[in-house]
Amino acid sequence: MPATDHAVVLRGAGRRYGERAALRDVSLELPAGQTLVVFGPNGAGKTTLLRMLATLLRPHAGEVCVLGRELPDDGYAVRGRIGFLGHEPLLYRELSGRENLRYHARLHRRPAACVQAVLDAVGMSARADDPVAELSRGMVQRLAIARTVLHEPELLLLDEPLANLDPAAAAQVQPLIGRASGCTRVVTSHDPAGGLEGADLALGLRGGRVALLAPASAVTTAQIAELYA
Amino acid sequence: MRQTVAALLAKELALELRTREAVPAMVLFSITTYVVFHFGLDRDRVTGDLAAGVLWVTLLFAAILGINRLFVADHEQGGFDGFLLAPVDRTALLVAKVIALFSFLCVVEVVAVPAFAILLLGPSLTQALPELLLVLVAANAGIAVVGTLVAALAIQTRARDLIVPLLALPLLVPVILAAAQVTTPLFAEGGAGALGGDWLAVLALYDLLFALIAYAVFDFLLED
Repeated sequence: MPATDHAVVLRGAGRRYGERAALRDVSLELPAGQTLVVFGPNGAGKTTLLRMLATLLRPHAGEVCVLGRELPDDGYAVRGRIGFLGHEPLLYRELSGRENLRYHARLHRRPAACVQAVLDAVGMSARADDPVAELSRGMVQRLAIARTVLHEPELLLLDEPLANLDPAAAAQVQPLIGRASGCTRVVTSHDPAGGLEGADLALGLRGGRVALLAPASAVTTAQIAELYA
Repeated sequence: MRQTVAALLAKELALELRTREAVPAMVLFSITTYVVFHFGLDRDRVTGDLAAGVLWVTLLFAAILGINRLFVADHEQGGFDGFLLAPVDRTALLVAKVIALFSFLCVVEVVAVPAFAILLLGPSLTQALPELLLVLVAANAGIAVVGTLVAALAIQTRARDLIVPLLALPLLVPVILAAAQVTTPLFAEGGAGALGGDWLAVLALYDLLFALIAYAVFDFLLED
């Protein structure tokens, strides 16, 4: 189905929760190395889209292809190539940041040395041995970003990645999850100007349906604002 | 898969050492129950089938506490998603959880069995100990496999605290029945008798059967 130079291909993709359709008839193609920014009010289906691309949710309709593999059948083949940053940090609160990252490194068969490297990159080396439960939200978010990029993924799925980060921390993580990372990225955002700035393609969702799909350069902040009206 | 199981197991043990949520509760429950039996039965010593019944029913209910907590941290702190995002065999989670629960039960019994001997058991424990260890290992294996399967199923529901005993107790009746039958001669008045080989075989067979069932269905329990 998909062209191999596309990192993400959706054809009429849909997902339900019981009777309620969270995502309906979404079709798009995202070339490798590009960034898709997803806008939409709460409950529009942004997180569902990301979780479906991350292989955490099965599509209930249409076709979903990630990094050249069809989901859900080939999910196993792409899991190690995806970095997923959701609303939850996916870190155990009683363990330290370092212990959490070591655990994820072992699951992804990465050397232990990469843990210190990502801790340095997100500026969390000094508090790496504190239990996650004792860290601020911003620090936890930085650790979650470290977990997301630990295994050097090709595709980043980022759900409001800069939430809880101060400007300095946001700038610090840009080389890891920003355009400079060189990864294909799908990023959800509520910030029209900031979101469009680093994107190639913009998707607007409303009520689980595609309300806007266009090159980011052709989309105005006013069009994004309309999605939330 | 060995590497993944080792990673998961290290995480399980670190979490339990840090939180001390499961094992201390199971130990306290066991000892308290033996004390209650001590006064409830109004006896200083029990023997034979009564001794076996008291030992195993108490250990079963203590195990339910551990089974209830087995997947809580994974469910509440995103551990399931973290695991599912990794390119690993999902059976590794089953194996690691079974080993973790088995280990927790062994630690509990290190305290609970001597406590049972002091508070209730008539005949000497020393004579029965080698055979009893064998039965404990076989029963723990069955409880760990069935318990892990039930815990994985119950964690997806809102009524986890109700579902676990509701499903686990009937499924564990054969384990407890066989374990008690094997143990009864070991606690006989006047010294340990011969181990009930047939019931031990039943126990081992039940362990194997549920290990196969768990292996076959565990992947589906993790699917969304």
